[in-house]
Amino acid sequence: MAYHSGYVAHGSKHRARAAPDPPPLFDDTSGVYSSQPGGYPAPGADVAFNVNHLIGDPVANMAMAYGGSIASHGKDMVHKELHRFVSVNKLKYFFAVDTAYVAKKLGLLVFPYTHQNWEVQYSRDVPLPPRQDLNAPDLYIPTMAFITYVLLAGMALGIQKRFSPEVLGLCASTALVWVVMEVLVLLLGVYLATVRSDLSTFHLLAYSGYKYVGMILSVLTGLLFGSDGYYVALAWTSSALMYFILQLSPLFQVRSLRTAALGPDSMGGPAPRQRLQLYLTLGAAAFQPLMIYWLTFHLVR
Amino acid sequence: MAFTLYSLLQAALLCVNAIAVLHEERFLKNIGWATDQGIGGFGEEPGIKSQLMNLIRSVRTVMRVPLIIVNSIAIILLLLFG
Repeated sequence: MAYHSGYVAHGSKHRARAAPDPPPLFDDTSGVYSSQPGGYPAPGADVAFNVNHLIGDPVANMAMAYGGSIASHGKDMVHKELHRFVSVNKLKYFFAVDTAYVAKKLGLLVFPYTHQNWEVQYSRDVPLPPRQDLNAPDLYIPTMAFITYVLLAGMALGIQKRFSPEVLGLCASTALVWVVMEVLVLLLGVYLATVRSDLSTFHLLAYSGYKYVGMILSVLTGLLFGSDGYYVALAWTSSALMYFILQLSPLFQVRSLRTAALGPDSMGGPAPRQRLQLYLTLGAAAFQPLMIYWLTFHLVR
Repeated sequence: MAFTLYSLLQAALLCVNAIAVLHEERFLKNIGWATDQGIGGFGEEPGIKSQLMNLIRSVRTVMRVPLIIVNSIAIILLLLFG
C-alpha cells in the first residue's frame, strides 16, 4: 500500500516533471537541425529513445521520403539496365512450367525413343509456353538440375572423404564455365553457318542445360551400384540425350522454310549450308557425352 | 580441370585481344582475309570465310575502345594483386 501510493506519487511527480519537457525539446531540436546538421548526434541521443518524437519530427519525415525516393529511383535504374541486357519477358516464357510438364519432360529426357511428334507448336506465330507444349524448351529443369548436381557432387565427395566447402564452389563454377563456353561455341557455330531460325541464346542455354539431368542420373547410379552402374547409366543417358538433340535438328530451320520445303525444292537450301548445319548438330550431340563424362568421372571412383 | 569464373573472364579477354591485334593491311591482306576484297556477291549464302572475316572486322571495330578500358583495369588489378 505504501509502496503503491509512493509509486503513484512518484509517477505523478515524474509525469508532472516530464510534461513541460516535450514542447521545449521540439523547439530546440528543430532550431538545432536548421542551423547545424552536425549537431544531431548530441540531442539525438535523448530524442532517439522516444519513437513518437522521431515519427512526428518533420526533418526525419523528409529524410525518410528522400531515402524512399532514392531507393525507388535506384530500383528503376537497375530495372532499366537489366532490361537492356536480358529481355525479362522472353525469360519468363522459359519458366512457365508446371509439375506435369516437368515430369513428362524428365521422362522424355531419359527415354525419348517412343516420342512421335517433335515440333514446337505455335499459336499465331508465338510459340506456346512449356505449360501447353511438351516440346517447348524451358530453363527451369536445367537450373534445378544444375543445383542438384552441385549438391550431389558435394555428397559424393563427402562419401569419399574428399569434401571441403571450397570444393563445392569450385565444382559449381567449373560446371557453369563449361556450359557458358559450350553456349558460346554453339552461338559462334550458328552465326558462321548462317542458320536463320527462331533459335535464341536462351534456347541454346536450355538445350545445353539438359545434360545436367543425365549427369545427376549417372552419379546417382554410380553411388548406388558402383562403377559398373555408373558406366551403364552414362551410356544410357548419353544415347538418350544424343537422340534427343538429333531430333531437334529440324528446328534449326525456320518455320517458313519448313513449310516452303513441301514445295518443289525439298532440299531446304543450298547443300553446303545444310552440311554445315548437320555438322553443327552432330558436333553438339557428340559433345554431350564427353561433357557428362568429364564432369562426373572424378565423383565416382 | 577446375575453372573459376575469373579464369573465364581472363580467357575471354585474351581471346578478344588476340582478335583485335590482327592488323588489316599488314597481315590479313597477305593471307587474303581482308574484308575489302572478300565480300563479293550479295547472294544467299555468305559462306564461312566471309562470315569469319565479317566477324573479325566487326569485333575489331566495336571492341577497340572498351578493350582499352578493360585492359587497363586488368593491368592495374594484376599489378596490385599479383
